[in-house]
Amino acid sequence: MIVAEKKPLVEIAEMVKPYKKVLNIGCGGCTSICLAGGQKEVAELTRELTREFGNRGAEIQIHELTIERQCNAGFFDILDGMVADYDALLSMACGAGVQFVADRYQSKPVFPALNTSFVGFDKDVGWFEENCRTCGDCVLGETAGICPVTRCAKSLFNGPCGGTRSDGSCEVDTDTRCAWYEIHQRLKSQNRLDLIMKVRPAREWVNQMRRSLIQEPYKDRYAK
Amino acid sequence: MKSDGNLEAVLKAGHFAITGELGPPRGTNVEAVRKKAQYLKGMVDAVNITDNQTAVVRMSSWGASLLAMQEGLEPNYQMVCRDRNRLAMQSDILGACAHGISNMLCLSGDHQKFGDHPKAKGVFDIDSIQLICMVKKMRDEGKFLSEEKIDVPPRIFIGAAANPFGEPLEWRVHRLAKKVAAGADFIQTQCIYNMKTFRQWIDQANDMGLTEKVYVLAGVTPFKSLGMARYMKNNVPGMDVPDHLIKRLQGVEKEKVASEGIKIACEQIEEFKEMKGVAGVHLMAIEWEHKVPEIVEQAKLLPRPKLSRSGPHKEA
Repeated sequence: MIVAEKKPLVEIAEMVKPYKKVLNIGCGGCTSICLAGGQKEVAELTRELTREFGNRGAEIQIHELTIERQCNAGFFDILDGMVADYDALLSMACGAGVQFVADRYQSKPVFPALNTSFVGFDKDVGWFEENCRTCGDCVLGETAGICPVTRCAKSLFNGPCGGTRSDGSCEVDTDTRCAWYEIHQRLKSQNRLDLIMKVRPAREWVNQMRRSLIQEPYKDRYAK
Repeated sequence: MKSDGNLEAVLKAGHFAITGELGPPRGTNVEAVRKKAQYLKGMVDAVNITDNQTAVVRMSSWGASLLAMQEGLEPNYQMVCRDRNRLAMQSDILGACAHGISNMLCLSGDHQKFGDHPKAKGVFDIDSIQLICMVKKMRDEGKFLSEEKIDVPPRIFIGAAANPFGEPLEWRVHRLAKKVAAGADFIQTQCIYNMKTFRQWIDQANDMGLTEKVYVLAGVTPFKSLGMARYMKNNVPGMDVPDHLIKRLQGVEKEKVASEGIKIACEQIEEFKEMKGVAGVHLMAIEWEHKVPEIVEQAKLLPRPKLSRSGPHKEA
């Protein structure tokens, strides 16, 4: 899941303050699940902004609407009929959702209310951890299901640097486990250490340009 | 010979080698480099010129390497993966070799978090082992990483680092093995204080036949003070300083701590001279370059042989 967090209220207020009518749009997808941009958070931010502008004596109306997903045209019918009434749009989706909205309503200023943080999983309620950098060339099969690109601070491919602490934590942060320490321990327990004994050559980075992907069964459909 | 340098020649001839270290200044202070170089001249077979060590911006390693050469030292050009992608690395290697640099040390690099630009974007396009592979390919195959042909390949003696004390301990010799397989010609280790753990590591390396394929230079950093020893013990990740050394420093009068630190280092060097699989020492007298002549003298490592066919050590 994509995990995001709300920008500071002051930053959001600065972006939308030149406008009289602003529509705050929530997303029922990832940012709803990670408790950053779903119905509840949309209502909360709308309340906060209304109070903030009220205190400033600014006459700005903030309305709200949460749609199922901001990254697919199929969910925009209601919104299509509403945007003409607003001067600006605030999106509580991830960066992809914000861009989808901005592309769809090109005459309207669109602002992000969230910072898109990472792809990760739930550690506990409201607690998330990054686990994938979407590098596009997955090595997890050889690294005991522990991502060296994401979880090693130097994204090393051939084992730990010299900075692993005696308790197996990373030199960069004592609260972070050394990815290669963990990879070694897990592969050892699985009797698969041979996987990391050979030199892994320099990789071809495939995430340096904007990527587009068509799943195999749809290749014919979109053939040029 | 893979290079035209003195360090390779000294090691190949079977001499017990010694390398030093010179940290470039945080500016264009050429005199600071020259002054440090003068202390090291004639004392070491090559001198490591650090590359933005501890992730703090300094004069570039190749820039300071050229100054060291002007002072009659043979540089060991350090390069970290943190600050450069594969294009920059390869072009810098060509430039360094074109100016007569004949050794380089391939490192991952301290994380930018520790330095003066903690929010810089770390590059890490390739890792230190992949860097070794790349330099070897450039030298031996005359090809860039892209497989394109090089117009006169670089001649370079390839160095790598090893830390026998980082966790997981049992993995460390295998990491050395990977660096050897990647193409390292020599290894400089992390500062050694725990001789027992180091001995176990070098014994393993001997048993695996690694020390027949690579020259291992044991890392030595003399304690300047009790505070430094304590700092190394408690604050430097991957460093193992046994309590008995701290106690030993505590046992001498304050003004004698530094000479006791040098004494400990010299005792270590004596042990390394007799240790199978150890081809020399890498003396990292951090911001203590002026003490190097005294340490090298006391460790009975003088005079140094001068064997290179070209470069700064060439005999008149």
